[in-house]
Amino acid sequence: MSEKIKVGFLLLGGCAGCEMAVVDLSEKLVDALAHLEVVFWAPTVADVKYHDLEAMDDGYIDVAFIDGMIRLDEHIHMAKVMRKKAKTLIAFGVCAALGGTAGMGSLHTKEELFSKAFKNTPTTDNPDNIYPSPHCLVDGKYDLTLPTYEDKVRTLNQIVDVDYYIGGCPPHHSHVEIAIGALVSNQLPPKGSWITNGKAVCDVCKRNPTRNGNGGRIMVDKVLRMVDGVPDENVCLLQQGYLCFGPITQGDCGGSCLNVNIPCRGCGGPIPGNEDYGAQALTSIASILGSEDATASLMEKYPNLAKFFYRYALPSGTLPRKM
Amino acid sequence: MSFSPNIVGFACQWCTYAGADLAGNLRCKYPPTVKLIKVPCSGRVKPEYVLQALAQGADGVLVGGCHFGDCHYKDGNYKTKHRMDLLTKLIADMGFDPRRLRLEWISGAEGQKFAKVITEFTEELIALGPNPLKKEEELINE
Ligand code: SF4
Ligand code: SF4
Ligand code: SF4
Ligand code: FES
Repeated sequence: MSEKIKVGFLLLGGCAGCEMAVVDLSEKLVDALAHLEVVFWAPTVADVKYHDLEAMDDGYIDVAFIDGMIRLDEHIHMAKVMRKKAKTLIAFGVCAALGGTAGMGSLHTKEELFSKAFKNTPTTDNPDNIYPSPHCLVDGKYDLTLPTYEDKVRTLNQIVDVDYYIGGCPPHHSHVEIAIGALVSNQLPPKGSWITNGKAVCDVCKRNPTRNGNGGRIMVDKVLRMVDGVPDENVCLLQQGYLCFGPITQGDCGGSCLNVNIPCRGCGGPIPGNEDYGAQALTSIASILGSEDATASLMEKYPNLAKFFYRYALPSGTLPRKM
Repeated sequence: MSFSPNIVGFACQWCTYAGADLAGNLRCKYPPTVKLIKVPCSGRVKPEYVLQALAQGADGVLVGGCHFGDCHYKDGNYKTKHRMDLLTKLIADMGFDPRRLRLEWISGAEGQKFAKVITEFTEELIALGPNPLKKEEELINE
């Protein structure tokens, strides 16, 4: 057998859920490991340190997966190191690809975020208002440092060149399996592409009205949120007034959310040909609003449209942060 | 010294664009602040265009279409209305003054109205000041 493909995993500003999706491959991961050699997996799985990656020869890793967005100077540094060490770099999961839910942090100032996280949550007890700071001297002799916090969230490709994108929060393990299969069999698409089946969520959704002969587009007069009722499980959510982003989202998840009766919020990333996810989401949703009352009810139900339309994609948008 | 706003205008070819032509023929006076882009219908204006104009430093964006009932594609301008209402709220959530986006129905016979809209919009933008992004850029360049 030919030499194994050397792979590396690096978690930046994410939750490691994307890496859980790799672990979720279970026996299939064991099979894949016949063809893959994991040479780096930090900081989550392997007992390796950042300096081990820095010490590798440039181009030593064949394929690197980076999950998580970029918010710290440490993220920027490590993304650049990984880029040098890897022949092929994959933005793995929607955080790395588009900024992810954490990208909504760019709608707030650092002060707002820090006071929420370290002071004002009901479970926080911080009478001395101690906030993390990049430098800290402990006992007068230990000079400790923490990474510094950048003024906004960035996507991976705003820092380094990215060869492939994989959507999902996290990517569905069946999709990870397909991606790893493509990697092992050397059947990756042209560089710069998303690794995707190319279908929208609607295309794989069992409620799709065109397939069910259930009528076409129905204009709605009233917008509903999930707290307003329980949607009919067999009818397209848009037809019922529940706002679903299935039409504009890549369906590599197999319509996971629709299978459990909740609307798609776009973690799969934009279907091809769309450069600004949130703007496209706005256009798509506006096209089913049947009256000005419907528009008004949408704005009343969703008080922050930036957070609604750009749930997973704000840092990749035309306006990537709040002014 | 004095601030002259930069307005990007998307004008439907059947009405607002013709209205702008008529304003010229009638020799209406209005400030030279608008750069008009002809579009087939106001419904052709994607939210991306407005966001891009703002991202590239436009102080205001005008979207001009036919009056309700007059759209050559029947309901293009109704779609525009829903989209622009949401977009106005979206840009406010992104930290822009929502008055930087203006939607107007101006027919081909309303040259005077076109001139009036540009004059008013210009005054409003002078009061609002430059696009906040431009200020940030200037600060960085200084
Ligand atoms: S994409 Fe989702 S699962 Fe992956 S790191 Fe980001 S938040 Fe976690
Ligand atoms: S809009 Fe949502 S519910 Fe309707 S077909 Fe598409 S994915 Fe399914
Ligand atoms: S249905 Fe949409 S939000 Fe849900 S997992 Fe699939 S792409 Fe993500
Ligand atoms: S043709 Fe003028 S708005 Fe549609």
